[in-house]
Amino acid sequence: MKEPPSLLRIKTAIVSAVVILANVCGNFSMSWGLKHSMALTLSPVSYLAALLNPWVAAGILLLMLWTLSRLTLLSWADLSFVLPVTALGYVLNAGLGHLFLGEYISPQRWTGTILIVAGTALVSATAPRTKR
Amino acid sequence: MTKWLLVGLIVVCTTIGDLLQSREMKRHGEIHDFRPGKLGRVFAGLARRRGLLLAVCFMALSFFAFLTLLSVSELSFAVPATAASYVVETLLARYVLKEDVSPSRWLGACLVACGVALLAF
Repeated sequence: MKEPPSLLRIKTAIVSAVVILANVCGNFSMSWGLKHSMALTLSPVSYLAALLNPWVAAGILLLMLWTLSRLTLLSWADLSFVLPVTALGYVLNAGLGHLFLGEYISPQRWTGTILIVAGTALVSATAPRTKR
Repeated sequence: MTKWLLVGLIVVCTTIGDLLQSREMKRHGEIHDFRPGKLGRVFAGLARRRGLLLAVCFMALSFFAFLTLLSVSELSFAVPATAASYVVETLLARYVLKEDVSPSRWLGACLVACGVALLAF
């Protein structure tokens, strides 16, 4: 079934957004849960206790959603398209860390952020699928 | 020396995992129906594909190698060093998966790799 290019672009944009948001929210949720619970030790009990933390459990569910949505996107989009476009998640992770975890963003990090946004913009302007 | 061996292992495992995922999903065909029941059946079917199971094993190996790298080096070394996989994967997407990688995509992948490297500082 052949789709019009505009429909393919809309579908790709929506699933890419799900991939990025699930990854960013999943990482943030796990990080928040681990920072606000008992410190992990070598004991398996401490890992099990961490898994029962609601923030960590929510993070794991979101990372499962990330994996499944990424596989869905790869069912039609090129790997060389998916990799740079979903790298936008690095920028959002840094932003969330700055806003909610009080992390400092150095000038180098701002430069990195600008480079990632520019790279993502360049790649997302190309067609998501180049062969069939 | 150990650090660079771990970086090599991470880049190789991530690259193989991503290439296998991409190849298997293209072989499966495009997912059109996004209703939860249909998606559930699609993913249950995907879980039986050997190539995808192998991809998951490589991704798991990459994850544990990254954790080990973090235990023997700084995050500011680990993240930029492993960002090299963006360029390697784009190269292999071109020659192994036969994707048409335009100059814009090459430039984009290089900018992202440099950006990820800078974010670690």
